[in-house]
Amino acid sequence: MDQHLLSIILFTPLAGLAVLLFIPGSSKNVIRIWANVVAFAGFLVSLPLATRFDKGASGFQFVERAEWIPSLGVQYLIGVDGISMLLIMLTTVFGFIAALSSWNAVEERVKEYYAMFMLLQTGMIGVFLALDFFLFYVFWELVLVPMYFIIGVWGGPRKLYAAIKFFLYTLAGSVLMLLGILALYFQYHAQFGAYTFEIANLMKVVLEPGMERWVFWAFFVGFAIKVPMFPFHTWLPDAHVEAPTAGSVILAAVLLKMGTYGFLRFSLPLLPRASNDVEIVRILAILSIVGIIYGALVCLMQKDWKKLIAYSSVSHLGFCTLGIFALNPNGIAGSVLQQINHGISTGMLFLVIGVMYERRHTREISEYGGIAHVMPKYAIVFAIAMLSSAGLPLLNGFVGEFTILQGAFEANRVWAAFAVSGVILGAAYLLWLYQRVMLGQVTNGKNLRLPDLSAREMAVFLPLIAWALWIGVYPKPYFDILEKPVQQLVERVKPGYYQGQAALKAGVR
Amino acid sequence: MVNFLDSIWLIPLFPLFGAAVMLLFGKKFDPQPKSEVAVAPGVTYVEDDHGHSHGHSHSHDHGHDHSHDHGHDHAHTHDSAHEHDEAHGAHGHGHSALRSLVSLLCPGMVLLSFIFSVGAVLQLAAKSERVHEVIQFTWLAGLPFHMADGRMATFGADWGFLLDPLSSVMILVVTGVGFLIHVYAVGYMGHEAGFYRFFGYLNLFVFFMLMLVLANNYALLFVGWEGVGLCSYLLIGFYFHKKSAGDAGKKAFIVNRIGDAGFILGILLMLAVTGSVRFLDVNAALQSPAFHAETEAFGILSLMALLLFIGATGKSAQFPLYVWLPDAMEGPTPVSALIHAATMVTAGVYMVARSNALFQLTPSTSHIVAVVGAFTAIFAASIGLVQNDIKRVLAYSTVSQLGYMFLALGVGAYWVAVFHLFTHAFFKALLFLCSGSVIHAMSGEQDMRYMGALKDKIPVTHWTMFIGSVAIAGIPGLAGFFSKDEILWQTWSSPLGSHALYAVGLATAGMTAFYMWRLMNMTFYGKSRVSAEAAKHIHESPATMTIPLSVLALGSVLGGWIGVPKLWSAFGDGFRLFETWLEPVFTSHSAAEAVHAAGEAHHDTGTEWLLMGVSVTIAIIGISIARYMYHTRPELSDSMEASMKPLHTVLLNKWYVDEVYDFLFVNGLSKGGGLLMGAFDRGVVDGAVNGAGWVTRLSSSASIWWDTWIVDGAVRFSAFLVKALSYPVRLIQTGQVQSYALYVVVGVALFFGYFMAGK
Repeated sequence: MDQHLLSIILFTPLAGLAVLLFIPGSSKNVIRIWANVVAFAGFLVSLPLATRFDKGASGFQFVERAEWIPSLGVQYLIGVDGISMLLIMLTTVFGFIAALSSWNAVEERVKEYYAMFMLLQTGMIGVFLALDFFLFYVFWELVLVPMYFIIGVWGGPRKLYAAIKFFLYTLAGSVLMLLGILALYFQYHAQFGAYTFEIANLMKVVLEPGMERWVFWAFFVGFAIKVPMFPFHTWLPDAHVEAPTAGSVILAAVLLKMGTYGFLRFSLPLLPRASNDVEIVRILAILSIVGIIYGALVCLMQKDWKKLIAYSSVSHLGFCTLGIFALNPNGIAGSVLQQINHGISTGMLFLVIGVMYERRHTREISEYGGIAHVMPKYAIVFAIAMLSSAGLPLLNGFVGEFTILQGAFEANRVWAAFAVSGVILGAAYLLWLYQRVMLGQVTNGKNLRLPDLSAREMAVFLPLIAWALWIGVYPKPYFDILEKPVQQLVERVKPGYYQGQAALKAGVR
Repeated sequence: MVNFLDSIWLIPLFPLFGAAVMLLFGKKFDPQPKSEVAVAPGVTYVEDDHGHSHGHSHSHDHGHDHSHDHGHDHAHTHDSAHEHDEAHGAHGHGHSALRSLVSLLCPGMVLLSFIFSVGAVLQLAAKSERVHEVIQFTWLAGLPFHMADGRMATFGADWGFLLDPLSSVMILVVTGVGFLIHVYAVGYMGHEAGFYRFFGYLNLFVFFMLMLVLANNYALLFVGWEGVGLCSYLLIGFYFHKKSAGDAGKKAFIVNRIGDAGFILGILLMLAVTGSVRFLDVNAALQSPAFHAETEAFGILSLMALLLFIGATGKSAQFPLYVWLPDAMEGPTPVSALIHAATMVTAGVYMVARSNALFQLTPSTSHIVAVVGAFTAIFAASIGLVQNDIKRVLAYSTVSQLGYMFLALGVGAYWVAVFHLFTHAFFKALLFLCSGSVIHAMSGEQDMRYMGALKDKIPVTHWTMFIGSVAIAGIPGLAGFFSKDEILWQTWSSPLGSHALYAVGLATAGMTAFYMWRLMNMTFYGKSRVSAEAAKHIHESPATMTIPLSVLALGSVLGGWIGVPKLWSAFGDGFRLFETWLEPVFTSHSAAEAVHAAGEAHHDTGTEWLLMGVSVTIAIIGISIARYMYHTRPELSDSMEASMKPLHTVLLNKWYVDEVYDFLFVNGLSKGGGLLMGAFDRGVVDGAVNGAGWVTRLSSSASIWWDTWIVDGAVRFSAFLVKALSYPVRLIQTGQVQSYALYVVVGVALFFGYFMAGK
């Protein structure tokens, strides 16, 4: 099974989709059950990936290779390292959570809704699996389509505006990225006389510095829009606010990570000199820090609950990109861990909003207040989600943030000094939100009879809370998994970083 | 015999267990959950438009959820008076068996921690080297990094515990005083709604506090540090239906976070410089010859110390980050006693004392610490002079006393700071609990202007509070005297101290005596100003409250006798136990010697006696003035207020610091910045995107125009041209076969003619 494990993970949702097509659209509950079964199966088949993954091995594992379009040098080439393994687990877990959380949320076009999610799931897993740039690009674009429909069909009042904005923004980025890919592709041909999209091969291409910088910026636009980095972030609040809950959850938890993943899988290894260019790194670090502070400050004045969380993503993802461009082991490992953490905590926060939205159909913060009296279980879940997002120790967020800050501090102390303000502001906007929604007296009569969390809703949150605690208390397995791929990345971008480690380790714990 | 030393990791876990039971299953122990719904006046249930359209189970749940009916029938507000009515047991909700389980379990868990702490400390005392470390597993398992000097180190921290003389003192204070306060809270909170929730949070707090003081490294200390902040947030906001409580909790958390940001950077700098966060490693590194005392300039170590101190100013409420502590009095009084007086707020003192190896090398930062401490001491005391809320007086007093501790730390008298922390834990916890007992007796009234002459009505509370006030005022023989006098003496005599700092400390001592006796006089003596309604209910508190008061009063009397001045050597070494016990933690090391070389605190016996006399005199003067102004001639205080109106107003408004902060940070930075940036998003970024869209539309219009008129025009023009040119042809293409035949004939004739002519 091992040799086709990744394909099984990749195509399980698609197989589910094939069966779904034969279920009549009117039997909504059958569709729901089937969708949940498929999503759960998607998670189950991904479990062996976690258990059989060899932490000690460098390079890619579970690799599958087949010719696809030989004349263009395109292959079906998939495999994972520690970074993509963690992101795939994140994807399969959230695939299930998204399906489970949608049970009551969608009444119209149920079949199409779940079909889109299954397609999306395959697309996202494909992005994290692909080791062939062409294949990657196919999945990258594939993700765009179902998400466009999820926002555009099942979204809120301004869904069309948001969907088109989302689509055009990301498409614009992808086009530039495609140019970058083609540049590498033809350069490879020029230097080695063959056509290939295989990443391992493209890494051999030596571009002249000016060219490399251009390709870097082309990639950058593609990935930065996806992350989103300041100032390419304005599609995000609109998309989040209009998307249905599960759409927001997937968008925040997984989709944004495609951007950061792109930096790690393509920008850094393929363009190591540009990635290590002092000027470029400085610009990216500054954009990240601006994103951290800017996102947090904008959060402080939001009246819309969901928009607030959307902007908090800009802030959190700023930490992730800052970690990447610290270009040292802790920065990058912390960044990957924080990507997982952001998935968990922001995913939870969007689910928290979704629970309330299903009951009240408004996201205006001023509509609420005193909810803790009415929904005590919900109050606890929300509090944990909020604290996890605010980086409270013993929950997941702290470990990621602290590790990133260490990496940033090592790279440039001023960066860390500015980034740390995100920690203060994060607490400020989250606590303020919590206070306005949950604490105080019930001031709105409509809120007096809200039912507390149902068993299904608890089932959505409990695994995420457990995960948050696990990373907060015992993150060692994650660092173990990340150690090798991060080492390879750092050695690629900063050759010799690890040298002398053995000799100089004396005197240190 | 239990090996308590190897079981120190259990000490925090007992209260964690209690907290987990309470928070997960506590609701089942609480017979009155429904009274938690607080509804604003006049708000009644309104059917939501969307309520039923989505097949939601609203209607199914109605029958089960008591809160609904409650919302209809008792749309009332909880104010504190109301809750204290409840606390009197007037409602007749008896203790259920489950409730007594809560009352036994939560204090019991802390008692268990206390027993294990005592056992561990006794076993530590028996060891020759008084350091014991228990490491359980790797918590943060980070990756390699480059230190500042280019060496490689690994970023990481253990889940490990360190018991040494310093943490011994701390765990005894936390579990001992903590246990007494838990017992008190059983009585005080007995009939409050959310009893289980309160004890769950309180136990959780003890867990984090014990993590903080037992951690063997800065990162794990930070876990406790943030955790106690969280519990403080939860407990301040315990009456969360009150907006002021929610606000205060949030303020505490955010102001603390500002300090934490400094602390984090300090830890990161420490990693970069020493390569570790483990106390023993850091100390060993700092004591190695690689580091020198930064006597000349403000170097990297001074920066590191300063960053740590910034963290301490947040947690320990020092200027300028003290603003959260007075507001924190919104929490229930046992919380004020435990968290905001005895334990959590001293975490900053503990942390600086823990980092003494660093601070010994950084005289300039130490000087900053001393100045900030002294300033905070006198500044907070000045505000305390005029406050009328009994808990606020104590809150400013706490800020002020914490300032003393930092003054001691700043002049290098680390053991004295910890000593004052120790004695303060007794008398300030006592004072807060007494104030709670007063408030309890007064049916929730906290304003001292509506008290007076309570002495005989609540005698136990009065006498224990009397002892606490004598102790804090610095009257010889009681705990506060020993520690405060030692601080003043060290400030005078230490090479890092100065006579100016001493003067500030002395003035603060006088002010302390004054405001405490102002409080005593306004509350217990003179004429009664109690409202008729409250007067009916005045009663002494139950035994669960008075017994802890008595034990703490005993501690406030005796607690100082383990640290008598050197002058009193006649008492023997046992009376100087505190200093000798802590000596191994605070030994000055070789590099730090340079700082002290300037002059080892040379013991001038005469001066010390003289100074002791001065400080006692000052305390007595303070007490006398307060007695004169508020007891002998109470009208005098009003006329003085009137004659010094501006000063009084400024003090009453706490020097307007909160207003300045609000203006600068809340309105200026956050809201203004947020608004500005929201505008930036809409205006500039989206503007650019929309602009690009507009340009696209414009250009597409242009291309449409181009297409329509130029490209299509060209096409159409050619069509027109063809059409025009074909016009004559069309004229003759009539479709009539006859005409075609005619043309053919004509054509043939023309051809024929042409050929013929050519021939």
